[in-house]
Amino acid sequence: MVVQKVKFNHLLRDRFLPPLVLLTAGLLITMAVSLCQGAVPLSWNELWQALWHQGESINQTIIWELRLPRIIAAMVVGAALGMSGALLQGMLRNGLADPFVLGISAGAGLVAIAMITLGIVQTLVPLGAWMGAIATAIIVYTLGYLGGGLSVERLILAGVAISSMFGAIQTTLLLLADDGRIQSALNWLIGSLNGRGWAEVNNVGPYVGMALIAGCLLARPLNLLNLGDDMASGLGTSLVRSRLAIGAVASLLAASAVSMAGLIGFVGLVVPHGVRLLVGSDYRWILPCSAIGGAWVLTLADLLSRLGTVELPVGAVTALLGSPLFIWLLYRRGQRG
Amino acid sequence: MENHDAYDLNDALLEARNLVGGYGKQTILQNVSLALHQGEWLSLVGANGSGKSTLLKMCSRILSPQTGTVLLDGKAIHQQPANLVARQLAILPQQQTIPSGLTVRQLVSLGRTPHQPWWQWDLDLEDRQMVETAIAQTQLIELSDRPVEQLSGGERQRAFLALTLAQDPQVLLLDEPTTFLDLHHQLELLELLKTLNQERQLSIITVLHDINLAMRYSDRLAMLKHGEIKAIGRSAEVITPENLRQVFDVDAVTIITPVGLQICLLSPSQTLVKSQQ
Repeated sequence: MVVQKVKFNHLLRDRFLPPLVLLTAGLLITMAVSLCQGAVPLSWNELWQALWHQGESINQTIIWELRLPRIIAAMVVGAALGMSGALLQGMLRNGLADPFVLGISAGAGLVAIAMITLGIVQTLVPLGAWMGAIATAIIVYTLGYLGGGLSVERLILAGVAISSMFGAIQTTLLLLADDGRIQSALNWLIGSLNGRGWAEVNNVGPYVGMALIAGCLLARPLNLLNLGDDMASGLGTSLVRSRLAIGAVASLLAASAVSMAGLIGFVGLVVPHGVRLLVGSDYRWILPCSAIGGAWVLTLADLLSRLGTVELPVGAVTALLGSPLFIWLLYRRGQRG
Repeated sequence: MENHDAYDLNDALLEARNLVGGYGKQTILQNVSLALHQGEWLSLVGANGSGKSTLLKMCSRILSPQTGTVLLDGKAIHQQPANLVARQLAILPQQQTIPSGLTVRQLVSLGRTPHQPWWQWDLDLEDRQMVETAIAQTQLIELSDRPVEQLSGGERQRAFLALTLAQDPQVLLLDEPTTFLDLHHQLELLELLKTLNQERQLSIITVLHDINLAMRYSDRLAMLKHGEIKAIGRSAEVITPENLRQVFDVDAVTIITPVGLQICLLSPSQTLVKSQQ
């Protein structure tokens, strides 16, 4: 029995701890670099002083009121997208799934674009986008449930159908809108962290935090669902109930991310694939690592987006970085398999 | 022909009573009853689409019947929480998907899930013992850290069998466990089941296409036709030339061999084909 116990502990230590440490260290280093970089570059020393509320007050303001809240916003959004993608890829047993596959982006986008182009109170856009995302997820789930059971194929098809319908309405709205409003609508559609601060973090952060914990608790049903429907129910999983819970948490995470930063693509698709290369296929590790990995990737993308003379929308950076990375990951996986 | 299980129902471990139903609104099973006793091995045989897999899925709570009940230890399984049932009854479905990268030990560990409370993150000592025992019983010790996707068909089937053994069930249901295996591995798997059946008093129901293997290994056979039990009992009573003609449309004879009564197929039943035309 002693030998067996050692074996299990080795698995924990050798297989799972290094990726976790790697991801966390990467995240912390990127955070530190990101805090120093910007229109006013700070030295490590100045950063250290400002973090302890010492030194020049302008530096303290830059760190505490501008950069730190924005970086935390990036982490919250990235973690939400990363875990949401991992949950949906696991539940739908489909590597192409991302947080937006169930129509969340289309629903959020439609409501946000409608509010922006029709000139409804701009401060309510995040809330509107959030409600649009949740409502769409509910519609997709209802469509998936009709005709008995929540089958994977039905959910994906319902998501695609709703997405293209909402996308068409959204495009029409954009075509009819004034030039000035199109600009801000496009900025929202591609996803941006510009000007995000404590207000957004305080409003959305707690919900994301709770959803992240709830998501980690769904690892076991996800592991079983990956053995196939019959095997999973034979092992005591309720297919409908677990798919409802997973979809609800994933939708809540994606909707919160969207309401903070717009439609940032590729993080939710690429991060779980990368994490799977690191930790294998046990969702007890994939889920937390995807959250940390997502936070890291988006913090990094945000840092890159601020490096140039003109700030790019962070969604453009994730798409530019994400596509080649995704191709590389697929190539790696092909080699292994 | 007897439509119900005439075998003594009194001390049945698993009992199906008047099952009617199928997938969705489709009705495949038409009033099926049978009983499985402690330590018994029952095999279901019958033509494609006769309802063997449906019956197995209803007995394991994967499907719900339209009417009728399944009793496990005297309690209706469809009224009980799924994970409680999964502690006593395990099923190995015909097809499984294999998550990429999952090792044999990780796969077998998943069999402990029904025994774990929802907050339990990792295996406890008892879980580990069960997992290691299941791995040893299926002779997978050397392969236990290998990814399941790299194993051969026979080894994979043993790995999934180990998962169901880690569930520590009293009843094990297997849907065509030998289908994708070669002759050697078919016999090897069935011998392993026989050992478990005898040593652990594990009660087993298998769906088997190979009637000779079913006759050789199981205590009783149930022959299904169009969702009804055509015959049930010991192999000599069930596997008769007459029954084989009626259920499978084949002409066959039974012969005594060193491993007991077996069948020898002669030809597709011409008389029946003609009479239907």
